Amino acid sequence: MSPAARRRWIVWGGFAAVLVAAPLVFNKGFSLSLLCQMGILIIFALSYNMLLGQTGLLSFGHAVYYGLGAIISIHALNLVQAGWKFPVTLMPLVGGAAGLFFGVIFGYVTTRRAGTTFSMISLGVGEMVAACSLMFPAFFGGEAGVSGNRSAGGAFLGLTYGPQIQIYYLVAAWLLLATAAMYALSRTPLGRMANAVRDNPERAQFVGYDPQHVRFMMVALSGFFAGVAGGLSALNYEIVTAESVSAATSGMVLLATYLGGIGFFAGPIAGAIVVTLMQTALGSVTKAWPFYFGAMFLATVLFVPGGLASVAMLHKRLWDARLVKKAAGVYAIMAVPSVVVLGFAVLLVEMAYNASDESRSAFNALGITLDTTANGTWIAVIALTIAAIAGWRLAWRVASPRWSELGAALAGDRRR
Amino acid sequence: MTAALELSGVQKRFGATEIVQGVDLRAEQGERHALIGPNGAGKSVLFHLISGRYRIDAGSVALNGSVITGRKPYEINRRGLSRSFQVTNLFHRLTVFENVRCAVLWSLGYRYSFWRRVEKLADANARAMEIVERTGLASRAHEPAGILSYAEQRALEIGITIAGGASVILLDEPTAGMSRTETEAAVALIRRVTEGRTLLIVEHDMSVVFGLADRISVLVYGKIVATGTPEEIRANAKVREAYLGAEAAHA
Repeated sequence: MSPAARRRWIVWGGFAAVLVAAPLVFNKGFSLSLLCQMGILIIFALSYNMLLGQTGLLSFGHAVYYGLGAIISIHALNLVQAGWKFPVTLMPLVGGAAGLFFGVIFGYVTTRRAGTTFSMISLGVGEMVAACSLMFPAFFGGEAGVSGNRSAGGAFLGLTYGPQIQIYYLVAAWLLLATAAMYALSRTPLGRMANAVRDNPERAQFVGYDPQHVRFMMVALSGFFAGVAGGLSALNYEIVTAESVSAATSGMVLLATYLGGIGFFAGPIAGAIVVTLMQTALGSVTKAWPFYFGAMFLATVLFVPGGLASVAMLHKRLWDARLVKKAAGVYAIMAVPSVVVLGFAVLLVEMAYNASDESRSAFNALGITLDTTANGTWIAVIALTIAAIAGWRLAWRVASPRWSELGAALAGDRRR
Repeated sequence: MTAALELSGVQKRFGATEIVQGVDLRAEQGERHALIGPNGAGKSVLFHLISGRYRIDAGSVALNGSVITGRKPYEINRRGLSRSFQVTNLFHRLTVFENVRCAVLWSLGYRYSFWRRVEKLADANARAMEIVERTGLASRAHEPAGILSYAEQRALEIGITIAGGASVILLDEPTAGMSRTETEAAVALIRRVTEGRTLLIVEHDMSVVFGLADRISVLVYGKIVATGTPEEIRANAKVREAYLGAEAAHA
């Protein structure tokens, strides 16, 4: 076996092993549904990156394919309830077919132009479909949504999809399948030409390809995978509401994908995991989680535009160049000042939330009770925050030459 | 014998200005034809008109006897005409090898297929590697095109242009901005890779033009003022006056 083939087996085998083993470790009801949510968002985000990362198309309406895939799946599920013989296991295919169908229709409209125009048209299509979801409550279920019963198909080989663990393995199987298919797609003539069109649509024309057609096919195919994710969400939640086609959902998948890193195939996987964790885990701790989420996204765009995947890649390169020890030195200097600054920032945000909350309880920070309505508290905390930032800058003055050295060493390594 | 490329009465105006004023040009099968003329004569515009990047206002262009006027660039390319650009125009995030492979895919019939893995396309990979080697970029094959040196990018530009096996090649100032040695290497490369094909080349370097071309056409203010062998062009009084004379005066 060639080294490349062996690596491929290790990566995909490892991925499959993680999917099989995850519920054995995280076996509480809550974490199990968290895992399902993650798997669905991973497929959705990977499908989004087929457009953003691979074809260079910034879509503001990707939830259309996800949501329509979900809504058609839930109707199909209700048909199964009424006696239609269709295996529930294959329900994501119904979602995928719906996503593909609408991908073909809307893709034809949206890919007439690239760049900003594409983004604007995708936003328009998204708003249009979201408006339809409220205009046709019979089909979309209005605010309340359409519900279904995932065990409608009865038992098949002992699978009823009633217990959450069975849904988890269904999501995991489709996740593995969809990820493998999207990865394979990125390495086909169409996938490579999508990269070419992203880099230089004009040049693509002069090697015989119609950039518009390449974009159209990528939108249609990514619609398929978004629809698969939608179909799985219909089975997982047993309810589909207007929110699934909304701009909020489109925005969420954009954030998750970008946060993970659009330049790497696996980036959106990391992004989807982090976003799901923030939504649920952080959401249960603080009401301010969307604020932190926004701040984290902002920091990503400003400081690590390559996303989490690029941070991982940087450390792999540091490891290969035997520079990890030096990097660890920089981190050791910066760790305490960074945690302190972050701590104060969080304190300020939480105090603000507490102060604006009419039914507030006593605000407690690490055992110290603070009066968030008193000016004195605010002045003291802000002063301490400024002091913390000054301390951080001092530490950075020591650390930054070392950090630059690392960067130079890596660049030299690349040139050689 | 039908001409490889035949322009008749090609016109193009931008606003009130007629940039190309009825150009007739004929490139025979297998000849190396140079297009020269002072700055602003409309050489690059003429290339854009032939390759479909700009729309032609009047006149027609025939490629190997069939009319291509008004066709889209990718349709013209599929019919066997390929061009390079004056300003380097690459897929900058793809590797050198992938750049060339993208340029061979259509000609080998892979079209928009999404059920075949590119690694397994033996013919496309072999052909792309052969072109990378011929352009002298084998040692850089797996670097992103964006980090190559200028001369290397120009060589890759030529590689992409010839990769699809087009019978008619248009090169727009392939040696612009190159040093003497780089220019010599580029000319040798052009000679090698256009063997047996028809070449139409825009070039400012007169030593390149007179060394490479079988025939030369002179474009001045949107009109062809003379066409002939290098000797004929050298001897042509109108050309000397309109173009070479002005050039000599500058030097």
